[in-house]
Amino acid sequence: MEIYWLLALPFAGGAVLALWGHRAGAPEVNAAFSLATLIGAAALTLRVIAHGPAMIGGHGWFFIDPFNVFLVALTAFVAFTTALFSRPYMRIEADHGRLGAGRLRLYHASYQIFVGTMLVALTTNNMGILWVAMEGATLATVLLVSLYRTPAALEAAWKYFILCGVGIALALFGTILLYFAAEKVLGDGGTALLWSHLNGVKAQLEPTVLQLAFIFLLVGYGTKVGLAPLHNWLPDAHAEGPTPISAVLSGLLLNVALYAVMRCKVLVDGALGTPLAGNLMMGFGLLSVLLAAFLIKRQTDVKRLFAYSSIEHMGLITFAFGMGGAVANFAALLHMTMHSLTKSAIFFAVGHATQAAGTQAMADIRGLVGSHPTIGWGLMLGTVAILGMPPFGVFASEFLIITTTMHAQPWATPLLLLALGVTFAGVFGKVQPMVFGEAGLPRLPHQPALVPVFIHLALVLTLGLFIPAYLADWYRQAATLLLGG
Amino acid sequence: MSLTYHLQVVNLLAALLLLIAFAMLSQRRIVALITLLAWQGVALAASTAIVAWSTGQHHLYGSAALTVLLKVIVIPWYFFRLVRRLEMDREVEPMINVPTTMLIGIALVIFAFNLALPIAQMAGTVTRSTLGIALASVLLAFLMMITRSKAMPQVIGFLAMENGLFFAATSATYGMPMVVELGVALDVLVALFVLGIFFFHIRETFDSLDLKHMEKLKER
Repeated sequence: MEIYWLLALPFAGGAVLALWGHRAGAPEVNAAFSLATLIGAAALTLRVIAHGPAMIGGHGWFFIDPFNVFLVALTAFVAFTTALFSRPYMRIEADHGRLGAGRLRLYHASYQIFVGTMLVALTTNNMGILWVAMEGATLATVLLVSLYRTPAALEAAWKYFILCGVGIALALFGTILLYFAAEKVLGDGGTALLWSHLNGVKAQLEPTVLQLAFIFLLVGYGTKVGLAPLHNWLPDAHAEGPTPISAVLSGLLLNVALYAVMRCKVLVDGALGTPLAGNLMMGFGLLSVLLAAFLIKRQTDVKRLFAYSSIEHMGLITFAFGMGGAVANFAALLHMTMHSLTKSAIFFAVGHATQAAGTQAMADIRGLVGSHPTIGWGLMLGTVAILGMPPFGVFASEFLIITTTMHAQPWATPLLLLALGVTFAGVFGKVQPMVFGEAGLPRLPHQPALVPVFIHLALVLTLGLFIPAYLADWYRQAATLLLGG
Repeated sequence: MSLTYHLQVVNLLAALLLLIAFAMLSQRRIVALITLLAWQGVALAASTAIVAWSTGQHHLYGSAALTVLLKVIVIPWYFFRLVRRLEMDREVEPMINVPTTMLIGIALVIFAFNLALPIAQMAGTVTRSTLGIALASVLLAFLMMITRSKAMPQVIGFLAMENGLFFAATSATYGMPMVVELGVALDVLVALFVLGIFFFHIRETFDSLDLKHMEKLKER
């Protein structure tokens, strides 16, 4: 029952805000709908905890297990805090005259629908609907990336639309191949694409077909994860869109796309019995980590800088999932959570910093600590956290990933350490003068929303210091599920 | 007798689909491209309907009807309207090296046939031999998207790709489950709506739908 609430709320919110999204109170309505969605997600989570790990609801339409319920909770949470952040952010943008009534309406409605499509993608049991929802999430955000209508924003949105469109078309072919293999075992009709059914018969699925299917699915959904060499859309879309959208793209959409890849990997592993899927993911993951690390050094735009950092972290997570094994999966899930929370917190701080400076060029943002202490410290702490410094949670998950790599794939350890080192030098060297140094940025016309930044960072810090037993259990269950046991 | 006869018609339509994909690759005028897209939709719908009839897979009639509605009527109509309103009717796209593109296209077709061969052998459908053609038209549409520099032809390439995918679904598995097909159709519709808005924005900002203006965002 909760699931219907959870899914209906964002779409209802989208409809309401499509009509009234330009009113003075619209940002609050947006936040209220996001809060209601978060409550729905919490109710669903409690139910899963109470009723045992996996459940299938709505006549087989929805499938909830520890793996996706934690992502549902994370998605609803970050969507809510981002809605809180977007209140002052969008007000300031509107004051600057960058956005008119129509665009505010578009922004608020699309925001809710975007969250809705992600939740559908996470909870659906049908691999076909998963595809439809992923494409829906792209479509909901295309016009958000181009919201400012500058030449660069339009170009970024076009790139996003075409690249992700082509990617998702390849994923559709993969889904067709998956159905083709499934239909032989499960018979035709709607049930042959249900993940829970597929999971039951995965050992009987035709290996050659699934092998080909996985390549298409990985390349297709991998485009949306931002895996190199298919990452081109990601920095542009993050840099040119409004900052709340950068935060949810980075913190949520990439996770959801990776979730889709993992659902496919479990099936393919079961059918093949070889590490092909894992090897492919390790390859793409490692390439992304290395490429992003070296491109970070060249960035001059602060949002592009952190977009590349997202590519690096998604690469790291993909690599860890590719290694497989209970510990690596555990670490990857933990890192997904940490990256999501930290990166969105950074984007919140960056958003206000760029508004204060009136530019995204890092050379022109100076001395935040002097003029806007909370923004400056938020950015600094977020950066320290995302770079994997203890005692923040990112350190814990990265440490786990590296130590597992030393056991499982020793050859990759130096490459990963090199990339992490280069990233550290690149990002820290650029952020440090932005935060410290001569002050002189003007005040913001609205009180900046910094509570979300510090809530996220506090969570990351707490989880870095200790992970509550039930949460660890939860991750462990999800990690075991991903082994396909 | 009747099944082989039907099969031959399906094969003929499949060949037509591939031929149209090649024609699109070399076509410079946008209006002609839209017409080709509509004809590709006709071929797709006709072959789907024949497969439905000869194999008794009734849900495929729904899929064929959806194709006619969307790909033969709604999309071409909408595109023609956009072309008129954005005054693109006379635009001719300068393209480099049509012969080279064609040669790459032929290589892609051979690749697609080889890729599809092992899967086609496993398929239990009567139409399995057309899977290679379906994959080939997907790849050709992909090639078209890469070689074009204007927004409209890229989108037409995208839709041609989708046609190829639907044809693949029909020939390998007698179509996807209806829910999924409806979902995909909904996505296509929303995508068109978004595109329509988007075209106007691009036009307003750049005074043209030529994507050459949109090459500023690069890693330096």
